Amino acid sequence: MTHIDEAPRPATAVAPAQGRAKKLPGRDRATVIIMVTIPLVLVVLLVWVPALLSVVLSFGKWNGFGDLDTIEWVGVQNYQDIFTIYPAFWPAVQHNLIWLGFLFVFPTVLGMLLAVVLDREMKGSRFYQTAFYMPVVLSLALIGFIWQLFYSRDQGLINQVFHSQVDWYGDPDINLWAVLVATAWRHTGYIMLIYLAGLKGVDASLREAAAVDGASEVKTFFHVIFPVMRPINMVVIVIVVIESLRAFDLVWVINKGRNGLEVIGALVAQNVIGEATRYGFGSALAVIMMLISSIFITIYLRTVFREERNR
Amino acid sequence: MTYETPVATPAPARATPPTRKEGGVLSKRRGTIATVIVALLALAWLFPLLWALVNSFREYDYTQANGYLSFGGWTTSNYEQAWTQGNFGLHMRNSLLITVPAVLLTLWLSSMVAFVLARFSYRFNLALLGVFLAANLLPPQALLIPVFRMFREVPLPYFMSDSGSMLNSFWALILVNTAFQLGFCTFVLSNYMKTLPHEIYESAELDGASVWRQYWQLTMPLVRPALAALATLQVTWVYNEFFWATVLIQQGNKLPVTSALNNLRGQFFTDTNLVAAGSIIVALPVLVVFFALQKQFVSGLTLGSTKG
Repeated sequence: MTHIDEAPRPATAVAPAQGRAKKLPGRDRATVIIMVTIPLVLVVLLVWVPALLSVVLSFGKWNGFGDLDTIEWVGVQNYQDIFTIYPAFWPAVQHNLIWLGFLFVFPTVLGMLLAVVLDREMKGSRFYQTAFYMPVVLSLALIGFIWQLFYSRDQGLINQVFHSQVDWYGDPDINLWAVLVATAWRHTGYIMLIYLAGLKGVDASLREAAAVDGASEVKTFFHVIFPVMRPINMVVIVIVVIESLRAFDLVWVINKGRNGLEVIGALVAQNVIGEATRYGFGSALAVIMMLISSIFITIYLRTVFREERNR
Repeated sequence: MTYETPVATPAPARATPPTRKEGGVLSKRRGTIATVIVALLALAWLFPLLWALVNSFREYDYTQANGYLSFGGWTTSNYEQAWTQGNFGLHMRNSLLITVPAVLLTLWLSSMVAFVLARFSYRFNLALLGVFLAANLLPPQALLIPVFRMFREVPLPYFMSDSGSMLNSFWALILVNTAFQLGFCTFVLSNYMKTLPHEIYESAELDGASVWRQYWQLTMPLVRPALAALATLQVTWVYNEFFWATVLIQQGNKLPVTSALNNLRGQFFTDTNLVAAGSIIVALPVLVVFFALQKQFVSGLTLGSTKG
């Protein structure tokens, strides 16, 4: 029996490309599959599988040297230890939070203001922009070294000028703040760049209309520019949170994240490449990092995808 | 903070005209005040690098005797000493051997995914983009332990790695850097490719061009500006990468130059002028790239935001 009334089913998984139905010939389908699969395998193998394995390992005790069967499964013991008896954990959490707060209060606000000012017709705007974002191309580890020229107890500029004897990187009460100043040096330019890019999306006619209506500069900023920047703000929030969580390079070059510079990222590394390798324990710390960051990754992806759909 | 977060600022769907007006002119008095403040801040921002540059050319003994606020004692010997003592020739070569393949591989792989994402709307397109983008955002420390162990288990022939495994080899760093940077590049490139006119593909199809030809001979030449911008960004990011190099390379002479500085800390931290010279040497390649390709660098960061 012939089904003449049968509707032609979409033969392949290929949905209509941008509104037009199409079917790929076999060879092209293979090409497409290969083009996606190779990169996908790399990302899955080096990011997603390790992420999953971190979760699994976090429930075990393992020194990492023996085979997999030397893992002793201990349930949530690692997490319990981290929260109750690991002396470095709560200071690290506190430091990461201070890091986050500091980045929001100083470099983020300053970077945003700089972007708003530099977005205007101003003599030498190009030069100023360059000055602010030059540190962005330097690595944080290198920035740690450059700021040593200011912070060194015996040879640093600060102590020379003020005839003081402060060991800025060594004193556990202040080294975190010294590090944050150095971080801010780079971060401000980064935030400024993001806002400058975002401000390019502000329709000039909006601003002209506001000017014609006689709105003041401040009013224009809050009623015209700021609303347009709302999606950028969201992205900046995510960036600052994730960067604060990842804090590692600077503290590692200074003292490997000890003595006042504990951050979660450095604790994970200490448990793997230190003298005492505790893979399970380090994994539990890693999972805590992952859980926090996944909240913000979700927010970020939602922002991005909303844009994709609106396209 | 080795991996930058993609600056993917969602912007209104309006295409940015090439000659956009800047954000209007400030009133005169406000303008002057703003200029003075910004100029002073800019000088403050330049100061650390200038200070490093100046002191890298000064004799240690001179600055010890006269303090750093003095003037004089000029020399270039810090550079010679730092270069030999820090073995910078070797480490620069290591950085080159890691950065160039990693950047090329990243651009190639991400352009393929981006092409598929932009050209065909598979149902799982968003999910696929999510897999790549989220990977870019995960803290690398969270993946350290399994990656470290996996690389130790993967044997490599000795002509590829004298450690006999992925651990402690450049291959590990190339692959890890590539895997992490794919998300950002895919995102930017697919956005860029979506702006290409559809008609070119229609006529290509009429001519019977295969998907591969459409990708390689049609799309790739058209996205060259985006590729150039991304290449610039990636070179600076991979060159600056610190975390993975520190944990995956245990043999001092295999470290890329950014991490090698840390290895030299013991010898360097006592002599600030030597630290300055070493820092300038490490900073020089990225600063050269930055100044030579400044336009690319900035447009790379803004590509994600303005949809090409």
